[in-house]
Amino acid sequence: MFYREAGQFKTSYKADQAVFPILQDRLAIAAFLAIAFIVIPYFGNDFFINSMMIPFLIFSLAAIGLNILTGYTGQISLGTGAFMGVGAYACYKMTSIFPDVNIIILIIGSGFFSAIVGMIFGLPSLRIKGFYLVVTTLAAQFFLEWCFITIGWLYNYNDSGAIEVPQREMFGIIITGASASPVTRYLVVLSIVVVMTWVASNIIRGRIGRAWMMIRDMDIAAELMGVRPLQAKISAFAVSSFYAGVAGAMMVFLWLGAAEVESFDVNHSFLILFMVVLGGLGSLLGSFMGAAFITLLPIILGAIPGILGVDINAATLEHVKFMIIGALIIFFLIMEPHGLARLWAIGKQKLRVWPFPY
Amino acid sequence: MNVATPQGEASLGARIVDDGIEPGAELLKVENVSLSFGGVKAIQDISFDVKKGEIRAIIGPNGAGKTSMLNVINGFYHPQEGTITFRGNVRTKMRPYMAASQGISRTFQNVALFTGMSTLDNIMAGRQLKMHKNFFWQMWRYGPAFNEEVEHRLEVEKIIDFLEIQSIRKTPVGQLPYGLQKRVELGRALAAEPSLLLLDEPMAGMNLEEKEDMSRFIIDVNQQFGTTIALIEHDMGVVMDLADRVVVLDYGKKIADGFPAEVQASQEVIDAYLGVPH
Amino acid sequence: MDLLYNIFVDPFVQMAGTPDFFLQVLWEGFVTGTLYSLIALGFVLIFKASGVFNFAQGIMVVFAALSLVGFHALGVPAYLALFLALAVMAALAWTVERVILRKLVNQPEIILFMATIGLSYFLIGLGEFIFGGEPKPMITEELGLPTGSTVVDVAGGIVILQHIDIAAALIAAVLVLGLAIFFSKTRIGRALRAVADDHQAALSVGISLNQIWAIVWFAAGIVALATGIMWGARSDVSFALQIVALKALPVLILGGFTSVPGAIIGGLIIGFGEKIFEVYWGGLLGGGVEGWFAYVLALIFLLFRPQGLFGEKIIERV
Repeated sequence: MFYREAGQFKTSYKADQAVFPILQDRLAIAAFLAIAFIVIPYFGNDFFINSMMIPFLIFSLAAIGLNILTGYTGQISLGTGAFMGVGAYACYKMTSIFPDVNIIILIIGSGFFSAIVGMIFGLPSLRIKGFYLVVTTLAAQFFLEWCFITIGWLYNYNDSGAIEVPQREMFGIIITGASASPVTRYLVVLSIVVVMTWVASNIIRGRIGRAWMMIRDMDIAAELMGVRPLQAKISAFAVSSFYAGVAGAMMVFLWLGAAEVESFDVNHSFLILFMVVLGGLGSLLGSFMGAAFITLLPIILGAIPGILGVDINAATLEHVKFMIIGALIIFFLIMEPHGLARLWAIGKQKLRVWPFPY
Repeated sequence: MNVATPQGEASLGARIVDDGIEPGAELLKVENVSLSFGGVKAIQDISFDVKKGEIRAIIGPNGAGKTSMLNVINGFYHPQEGTITFRGNVRTKMRPYMAASQGISRTFQNVALFTGMSTLDNIMAGRQLKMHKNFFWQMWRYGPAFNEEVEHRLEVEKIIDFLEIQSIRKTPVGQLPYGLQKRVELGRALAAEPSLLLLDEPMAGMNLEEKEDMSRFIIDVNQQFGTTIALIEHDMGVVMDLADRVVVLDYGKKIADGFPAEVQASQEVIDAYLGVPH
Repeated sequence: MDLLYNIFVDPFVQMAGTPDFFLQVLWEGFVTGTLYSLIALGFVLIFKASGVFNFAQGIMVVFAALSLVGFHALGVPAYLALFLALAVMAALAWTVERVILRKLVNQPEIILFMATIGLSYFLIGLGEFIFGGEPKPMITEELGLPTGSTVVDVAGGIVILQHIDIAAALIAAVLVLGLAIFFSKTRIGRALRAVADDHQAALSVGISLNQIWAIVWFAAGIVALATGIMWGARSDVSFALQIVALKALPVLILGGFTSVPGAIIGGLIIGFGEKIFEVYWGGLLGGGVEGWFAYVLALIFLLFRPQGLFGEKIIERV
């Protein structure tokens, strides 16, 4: 009875094709943004912001990137971790070479390097399809990991092989580095993620997004309709890697403060793939939901023994977390292969007719 | 079979396709085309033409090579021998998107709709080649890219009106019954405003009423917009009523080519359908 | 000029100059290749019969080996422990079939693939929970497997062949031969191939999917145990092993996902290729190239033959 479209008629195609045609949806989005920008920074404690919200947002962006490639264009990829790494190392080098340029510009700029690398490793997708493509993305993953270790120039030849983030400011506020406050970093990450999500949504609803989905659903028919596979696939790799690269740069500069190769390893590629599949392939909302599930669940699980007053050895807790996550992944895949976003859509559908059952 | 009179003439407006060919002149010419897959000869030395503005039927028993022929015209299969001339351009090898950009559009034997998208999106997909706003504008949507979308939406709505599928515009096509799916596929092919429309068994699996509807649409498309149509069909009644000329294939070879009445009377054709060994 | 010499001439000069070392490298490559083949074999079995790419094969190898060592540590004699480990794998197979596969019949392959990744996570957690995370030595001697090595004089130098490696090669050969015969000659083998092709069609001719899958996963479990024993004998049993399982992917690319002989040949090619490239060309690149060489090789291969060495050419129909 609350979630009704009755009375909301559209009188122009423009109105009909808006992103959120239903008023209640628009209100909900406005509320979410208000909570995100105002309530959380004001009321949230440092742990919540630093260890939950920031990684959630960063991985959401990476998940959106992978979703563009896998969910919308149908090209399975296990190279996301490495593409994030390209963004991170690119940002690091650029900030060493151009210490005076605004760090946010550099973070966005590092996406371009990722995009270029992504396009190169995406070229095989023209010949290779489906499952075999996974192997080529793994080739990208392992090769790039090796580059991060072997090419000393990338980490300025320091002994540990790790990169550390220098302090950078904007408008007199410290944004990166050890002294930057969690709230500042959170707001920067949030702004970047909100803008980039909006851009992703725009691209997906337009001609380019449609071409991607055509390739995914029936690439032969798509080609017969005039979609050029080269342009569609390479653009998908480019945009997807751009998003992963920015996420990677943010991960290092606005969250961890430092990074080693392990931060971009194949396990991360798998994790982000989980986020996308669990959340829902081909759904932006799903990317957020999947990222929330994977980033927040271990923390919540870890907090439960404390809340219940039960004492469990830390190593055992890790093992149990693995087991629970693995089991939940299987559980969700069996229950709803289309992911959490589909469960949400079904829920909304029920809400539409509530209090009637159908 | 009775085909009802055309209806809905004004809704699509004047969209006679301008492709530089005079009505009645040759639009497509297939010359000595041969196609084989490994050892299997799908098409052997076939030649025929399609004139602008006509409805040309391609018929023949199963396995005769009809769909393969359409695939060759589309550029999806590349024949080992022979040439295709379309709108005066001769070509032997061509990628499918080039065929599409030159004005060839197609429906498929097993409905090849984009199952993840709605009816509206599928038909909009047909307009893909006509949309040009570049990546930069796509990122911001509101502005030139959106205006382009809305323009094309108008054209697509005209097709939706024409095909009487307004009520299912937002439904994901995977949920539609088979007959409606075929209609959506026709809409998608029409959206591209083609010079030559290839229809692969458009009436397969339909009951009498659906066939009458589909025939009506096909005739409308041909008569109002002058779209040339080449169609593969098994229902003889439909073929005889709709087609201007017919070409008959059997085991990859052409066995008859001419007006429906002549072809129907040809002994070779009768033998082929009855399965008389030859 | 120097660089060209280093790439195209020097490695071969080195190979010819110290032939005994070269033979040693070849042997090492052969051994690694055999082990890759064994892992790939497990994948092939499951893929051939159920169309599922079982990502959990790697962790199954570790799990099998850990069970074996674990039982033995409890005081169970070696051969009985072997039996019990097999029983554990059988139970695992049955459980996986009931709990996971049965519910996911006919889902798209990415869903099944993800489910096996989820399974892999679960088994890692479970394994570490039950057995603890430290590496454990394999009970090689107790199983009657040969230890020690033979020194062979060849070409003016020596080549050292570990007995365990020879045993591994022999066991792999026996397994492969047995499986090849099983698939082509027996009734169950035929049923397996039918199921791999089309679940619903196989169901419609009366093949019990559940039975077939349980059998196949058990067979894969046997292979996993054999692999675990062999790998564990060379370098202790630990969870790091399951990352090695990812290497099976390039092997499968080269050999095809459904071919038993293909898995062997693919494994050998990757094994040889990796070792030789690392030893003779690795220095030029800064070392550590074994991590990606196999994948890049598979990638190049795919560009020329997208269906793999033994795969069927895909003719797309519209």
